[in-house]
Amino acid sequence: MLNTLEDLQQLSKRCELHRNRHQSRIAVCAGGGCSASGAQQVYESIRAELERRDLLNTVDQTFSEDACSGITPLGTGCQGFCEKGPLVRLEPSGTLYTEVSTDDAEAIVDSLLSGTPVSRLLYLDPTEKRSYEKEASIPFYKLQSRITLRNCGSIAPDDIREYLAKGGYQGWANALERTPDRVVQEVLDSNLRGRGGGGFPAGKKWSIAAGTDAEQKYLICNADEGDPGAFMDRSLMEGDPHRLLEGMLIAGYGIGATVGYIYVRAEYPLAVDRLRHAIEEAESLGLLGTDILGSGFSFSLRIKEGAGAFVCGEESALIASIEGRRGMPKPKPPFPAVSGLFNMPTVINNVETLANIPDILQHGSAWFRSLGSSASPGTKTFALSGDVENTGLVEIPMGTTLRELVYAIGGGVRSNADFKAVQIGGPSGGCLTAEHLDLPLDFDSLQSAGAMIGSGGLVVMDEATCIVEVARFFMNFTQLESCGKCVPCREGTRRMLEILQKIVEGRGTTEDLDHLEEIGSAVRIGSLCGLGKTAPNPVLSTLQYFRDEYLSHVVDRRCPSGVCKGLRRFVINEPLCKGCSRCAKACPVDAISGTIREPYLIDQDKCIKCGACKDVCNFDAVEEVA
Amino acid sequence: MGIMTINGQRTTFSDENNVLEVIRNAGIDLPTFCYHSELSVYGACRMCMVEVEGWGTVAACHTPPEDGLVIRTNSAELRHVRKVSLELLLANHERECTTCSRSGSCKLQDLAQRFGIEHIRFGQRDRKSPIDASSPSLVRDPNKCILCGDCVRMCEEVQGIGVLDFAHRGSQITVSPAFGKDLGDVECVNCGQCAAICPTGALTVKSQTERAWRAIHDPDTTVVVQIAPAVRVSIGEEFNLASGQSVTGQIAAALRIMGVDYVFDTSFTADLTVLEETHELLGRLQNQEPLPHFTSCCPAWVKFVEQYYPEFLDNLSTCRSPQQMFGSLAKHRYSQDLGISADNMYVISVMPCTAKKFEAQRDEFQQSSRADVDLVLTTQELARMIREEGLAFEHLEPTSMDMPFGFATGAGVIFGVTGGVSEAVLRHAHEEITGRQPQPKAFEAVRGNDGTRRVDLKIGEQTLRLAVVNGLAQATELLERIKSGEESIDVLEVMACPGGCIGGAGQPIANNRQQTQERRSNGLYREDKTLQLHQSKQNPMVRDVYQRWLGEPGSAKSHALLHTHYGSRRRIQGESMDIASSKKPAAVEVQVCVGTSCYLKGSLKLLRTLTDQVEAADLTENVKLRGAFCCQQCASGPMVIVGDDVVSGVTPGHVPDLLQRIREQLELPVS
Repeated sequence: MLNTLEDLQQLSKRCELHRNRHQSRIAVCAGGGCSASGAQQVYESIRAELERRDLLNTVDQTFSEDACSGITPLGTGCQGFCEKGPLVRLEPSGTLYTEVSTDDAEAIVDSLLSGTPVSRLLYLDPTEKRSYEKEASIPFYKLQSRITLRNCGSIAPDDIREYLAKGGYQGWANALERTPDRVVQEVLDSNLRGRGGGGFPAGKKWSIAAGTDAEQKYLICNADEGDPGAFMDRSLMEGDPHRLLEGMLIAGYGIGATVGYIYVRAEYPLAVDRLRHAIEEAESLGLLGTDILGSGFSFSLRIKEGAGAFVCGEESALIASIEGRRGMPKPKPPFPAVSGLFNMPTVINNVETLANIPDILQHGSAWFRSLGSSASPGTKTFALSGDVENTGLVEIPMGTTLRELVYAIGGGVRSNADFKAVQIGGPSGGCLTAEHLDLPLDFDSLQSAGAMIGSGGLVVMDEATCIVEVARFFMNFTQLESCGKCVPCREGTRRMLEILQKIVEGRGTTEDLDHLEEIGSAVRIGSLCGLGKTAPNPVLSTLQYFRDEYLSHVVDRRCPSGVCKGLRRFVINEPLCKGCSRCAKACPVDAISGTIREPYLIDQDKCIKCGACKDVCNFDAVEEVA
Repeated sequence: MGIMTINGQRTTFSDENNVLEVIRNAGIDLPTFCYHSELSVYGACRMCMVEVEGWGTVAACHTPPEDGLVIRTNSAELRHVRKVSLELLLANHERECTTCSRSGSCKLQDLAQRFGIEHIRFGQRDRKSPIDASSPSLVRDPNKCILCGDCVRMCEEVQGIGVLDFAHRGSQITVSPAFGKDLGDVECVNCGQCAAICPTGALTVKSQTERAWRAIHDPDTTVVVQIAPAVRVSIGEEFNLASGQSVTGQIAAALRIMGVDYVFDTSFTADLTVLEETHELLGRLQNQEPLPHFTSCCPAWVKFVEQYYPEFLDNLSTCRSPQQMFGSLAKHRYSQDLGISADNMYVISVMPCTAKKFEAQRDEFQQSSRADVDLVLTTQELARMIREEGLAFEHLEPTSMDMPFGFATGAGVIFGVTGGVSEAVLRHAHEEITGRQPQPKAFEAVRGNDGTRRVDLKIGEQTLRLAVVNGLAQATELLERIKSGEESIDVLEVMACPGGCIGGAGQPIANNRQQTQERRSNGLYREDKTLQLHQSKQNPMVRDVYQRWLGEPGSAKSHALLHTHYGSRRRIQGESMDIASSKKPAAVEVQVCVGTSCYLKGSLKLLRTLTDQVEAADLTENVKLRGAFCCQQCASGPMVIVGDDVVSGVTPGHVPDLLQRIREQLELPVS
């Protein structure tokens, strides 16, 4: 039990000492991507190999007073390079092995002992045709600057001593040496902007709540990460839960909240487990509870598991959900910082925002402002996915260009295909095209381009992507996830989806494009909450940048990328057709007719574009034309 | 206090709650579907969007007024949002306007007209939901619902019940009673305020005009109509007359032309209620129990007490409501005067109220399968019948009501407004206690608009502590204070609807609800003033009724005809179920609770064991075995009630003990 700041410092020093004394480790990435490709089995095999050779050390032993030797295997949070998982990193060398299998355990342990890397397991850059030994030298990592993800992937997430050894809770120690006002001021000075997508300065929220008198104030961490394909917050909570706790502790102290809630999706069971465990650890050490470190400040944390409604990521709906009511947004004002949870002043910050706080308090606001761009200081995490070589979790300084992210870090478009667009900011964001590749990624630049940074989902699309289908996909998502409260969002998204459905099925008209824009602008202006206000973005931005592609669908009745089934056309290449009648027999709607041994003909009016004819033809005589 | 600029005009504001109110006070009718000053701000319809300089586009309903705001209520962008929103709403709305009872009073229709929506470009309603006509009072048509949530908030915030809420999300969202049940199967008290506030035809008053016409056009049926007090000051609104203008004479004339045989006044039985209820009240005050005395004229309030506060059932006045007193006297006494069989008499009430439809169907008010009141029509329905008859109502020559039940005092007339029952009873109580008639303005303290009005009034030596409530959420609050001992009162008048019966859901749909209610209540008070008599006791026809039929207030005869008792509706409606019923009168009643908690603790197995052993012991003839729904002692279940003995924690092993008790109660030799 830590009773004073001094106690904390002593424990931290001890942890650091123990950790440094014992450095040989094999860190197996146990993030979502690697786990899906068998990381758990890889970990087990390495552990068994170490045990067999009597080299096994554990995290627990690392921090014991007795000297220990051997190698510590550990399952870490996401190391980021999901494309090449399962990942295994050797410490202290920093050697990174990619696409590891259970058969590699022996070689890996050998290499750690000998210092000679297993070359077949090293990352091979496909363009440069060279392999990299050290993680830090791989372009994917080299160009990142990891602040919030600093520990994610290198520490054991379920032991607070791992975090303390890496300077954990030092931001909190610094905060405690100041008054709450000064803490809020530091965050204000840092100009940290909300990482949930809105970009509202966190310090402003804090100072409003701090300045509102109330018997009780609350802090809420919004961990309801719901964008399709986004896993930044999840990785952070799974890989470095104490960073979030520390951020919340500082925020609670700054605004005068004694109770904090973490609103986390129930679909993130591992994150929930890790957080619960971290809270227990912090409580048992006295870092959470009453009169923390003798400061007189008390703070407790509760976890609220969300039931999976996307709209509950919206502040007021999230509050309603915690209060046990239907998760529907409420009109503002009053803003939560004035009247939020149970009508008390409440600050709601996103996971990544709070994860920046410990470093800001530890290194100062000036340090933070030196990162990123002037209007958007700091870094931003992105979940890179889609048709890009290196999918994964990255953290880059704000203001990095899209080109650097997609090409330098992401390794370019998969299979050297042509770049078409990126969808940024998930269903609330917009599409950016090749002309935006040199756009700096920060709040304001993206907004001016009709997109938004969002929470950090970034999907790369190549030429084979149908942009109308992409718009339909996101509209389908928001339409399903609309809470149904306000008219523009409820009715507008439904009708927009109907129209998009019509277009991808080949029944669209040019008028439909006007209707999309008309409804879209009304939904954007008229909706009650952020979900509705941003729901038309994917449609409106693609209409702006890819109007020709929409026109192809509605005027020429063709899908240039050949994705939209409803717009496919099957024709028989007469010279190749032997007149065998196989296609006519396979056709479920009798759209094919002809005379044996003469070329057959497909009646386009009857054809349902199922492709059965093409599948059965032995002579490749049935051709699909876009 | 401050000044803002609205469409270029400098506008002062004072204590308005939001910019919308300021704009409306400035004479601009900014449209809304979901804003009502008596409900919480919901912000869903987005029709009241305005442009505020420096802030952009915001909804006026949830923007607080601030000094110096520069506002535009109309612009190309705002028109665009409003028109698209309307078009989107209409696309999902069943547009069967010609057959909709709200055609002409529908806000959606009105705004579609105002904004010149000529055709709907975006889609059609894709599903047809079944119409819920299960309620005796209301009809719910989800196909016409625009999801503004007004009904949800009305039921929750004003009535404190919460029968309706949202279910599902996105475009699948619906307003529905819990678990998709029908309105008739849930704890709806039938007040109909949801329908009164519904902007469209999604919630409407159940129309029963066809049945009325059938009775009127049947030559063998004598049709007797009673008109409630509140109807006379509101029905004129349907014919372009001012609200509050009393049109009793025109109503009587219209009904006669339509072919009704007798037209009477419910205010007459209100006078009768005053005498009966005052007698009851004075008795309670003398015995000091059970107090507080609750009025029971409002059927929604009665059902509310039955459902949520059965512990207060004895506090409810045993007096039937004026409507039911009328039905009882008409069917069982007046029919004899006319020399006809009660079966050939058809009693129709015209009420401002939807809950009265439910009240008339209550078991308590049926005699040999015929109801005392055969049919309840609302003000709206009568207006429709008058229009169907083709009468120029506003030009009708007024006629008087029939005798004997067509004569009322002012005391009976003010029953239609909140505080009216109390005032009428106080006037009479004053005379009973002091022997003198009170000053005309003696009890005006009970008048007003506040949801709860607490007044202490001195009558002679006695101080009467009174509470007058309208709105059931207010009643809940007060009852909780009474239960906790924070408040003690002698008399509690509750009317479910805001403003009392004049604000009933059967009344014509009002655009400005508060103003209309004020005018209607002024109308009733004016009527009281202009009538010659203000004391119910002075009503000569009431005296006549006592002389001929009842004797005196509180007599056995008046109890048989004018009083009743109400029962608990807690948890599950309906009676316990018969498992084995013996016809022997001496048989012992044994009830095994099969409510959720006892069931989970194995009461069903217990019931089976008991059934078997009763049979084995040859006691079947002597036992009435019933499955009961919840004895409300869930913690100590399973519960069994043997005769008057309540036994808790019963397991199948205890069955021999139960048999012993049964034998004891049957006075059989104990084995």
